Amino acid sequence: MTEARGRTATAAVSLSGARLSYGDRTLWDGLDLDVQPGEFVAVLGPNGSGKTSLMRVLLGQQKLSAGTVRVAGAAPGRGNRNIGYIPQQRALDPTVAVRGRDLVGLGYDGHRWGLGIGGIRERRRRVDAALDAVGATAYADRPVGLLSGGEQQRLRVAQALVGEPEVLLCDEPLLSLDLAHQRAVSTLIDARRRDAGSAVLFVTHEINPVLPLVDRVLYLVDGRFRIGPPEQVMTSETLSELYGTEIAVVRVRGQIHIVGAHSDLCEDGAHHTEQLLER
Amino acid sequence: MDKLFDVELTLKLLELPFVVTALVVAAVLGLLAGVLGPLIVSRNMAFSVHGTAELALTGGAAALLLGWDIGNGALAGAIVAALVLGLLSRRSSDYDSVIGVVLAFGLGLGVLMLWLYKGRSSNKFGLLTGQIVGQDFASVALLSGCAVVVLGLLAALYRPLLFASVDPEVAKARGIPVTGLAIVFAVMVGAATALGVRTVGSLLVLALMVTPAAAACRITASPLKATLLAVLFAEVSAVGGIILSLAPGTPVSAFVTAISFLIYLACWAISRTRRTSTTPA
Repeated sequence: MTEARGRTATAAVSLSGARLSYGDRTLWDGLDLDVQPGEFVAVLGPNGSGKTSLMRVLLGQQKLSAGTVRVAGAAPGRGNRNIGYIPQQRALDPTVAVRGRDLVGLGYDGHRWGLGIGGIRERRRRVDAALDAVGATAYADRPVGLLSGGEQQRLRVAQALVGEPEVLLCDEPLLSLDLAHQRAVSTLIDARRRDAGSAVLFVTHEINPVLPLVDRVLYLVDGRFRIGPPEQVMTSETLSELYGTEIAVVRVRGQIHIVGAHSDLCEDGAHHTEQLLER
Repeated sequence: MDKLFDVELTLKLLELPFVVTALVVAAVLGLLAGVLGPLIVSRNMAFSVHGTAELALTGGAAALLLGWDIGNGALAGAIVAALVLGLLSRRSSDYDSVIGVVLAFGLGLGVLMLWLYKGRSSNKFGLLTGQIVGQDFASVALLSGCAVVVLGLLAALYRPLLFASVDPEVAKARGIPVTGLAIVFAVMVGAATALGVRTVGSLLVLALMVTPAAAACRITASPLKATLLAVLFAEVSAVGGIILSLAPGTPVSAFVTAISFLIYLACWAISRTRRTSTTPA
């Protein structure tokens, strides 16, 4: 027990004996996961396997049915400043009157009460630095609704990083981005965990764009799960066991392709939307 | 109408105490509408403001019938409406239909109560088109009190409210009580709307609560500049509308809406020319 405590004290994210069930349906049970500072963990799995629900648990929007969870040194709950969150790209309303720098500024102090006139200079400095770090300075003063999906997503990264989070929770942040922007955004996230030691939990249905960055994979299928380095989890044997059916994992030019599982493994945005509607 | 440019008459009327009171009321209302407006526009709440205004009319009609103060009745009606709309519509997809349903029923009730009222008919008409001239001290005090409370609340809640308005998903993930703020904001808008109902009338309250902010949001994306411009536009519309209406003796609302609409058209034209000139070829 003391050993376990010592281990979890340093972990940025720590789940132990975690179970999540809705009614008689159990999404996952007995989940033990410690994410260390600077570690990049990809969360994979088909629709309805509980990837997004895990994210909601870590954000404090969903209570565990059993077990314990700690994120950035505290129980998940309202407004832990040490957590950064990057959502999937969804077009912002063009009529909304905010500029890129306002969106990033909200990531810095949008959770605080009051007008915040006192800290305005420090705020500006931090926001400028975050915009510069993601290469968004050129369009920082344009209305966000008029920016491209890739530009908006860079701002999302800046918005999450401006608070200098210890834990970065990313929910399909690359979805609907083209390859160049996928690379740009994942490189920015990677740089943060390397330079500042932020732990990254990255929910995705497509591992290839982040494969070189991933330290460990949490693969969830129908209540079963497997945790380990990609070369151990992303194998024909392990995935066949998880899915309970014959799966072939093929590596082509450093990419992983999965043959035999049903279509939710393939890349397309539609099923994630279904998953969102489900909850 | 030929008295519109009778400057001498206008100046003379401006010296009357009740006109001065009306101008003070309009200025306070313009300030409230201006600071709330950009958030209303960001939250796509124009229809909800309209619904709240109609139900303020129902509250006012009920007060008229029962012999209570119309202003308090309108305020109560608008706040109840704001709470109902805020609580009922958790999902945005049925937001509009819920407002439509509640609005129609409330307006029906209001019509019934106005029919039952046997007093002066100008009191009835006043609820629809406003009665800014003839505000007494009590209504000025009510307006100012509400304005102070709303402005204080807004200053305290501004950053989380802006976050929840423009970026609800991330705001929620960051632990901001998005639903609670929506209800508080709806009540603030309800209070401001009810005060607007007394002056420009429930049918035209959109002219102050929405049009100036919509115009401002056309020409700037900075929340601070949008708020300052919205206040300026709302003040020009409200105060300017009263001054112009003095000499010809027309209803105030006609000028208030005309001015705010012209400002909107100008801002729309500016945004059009800007967008065509900055769009890369």
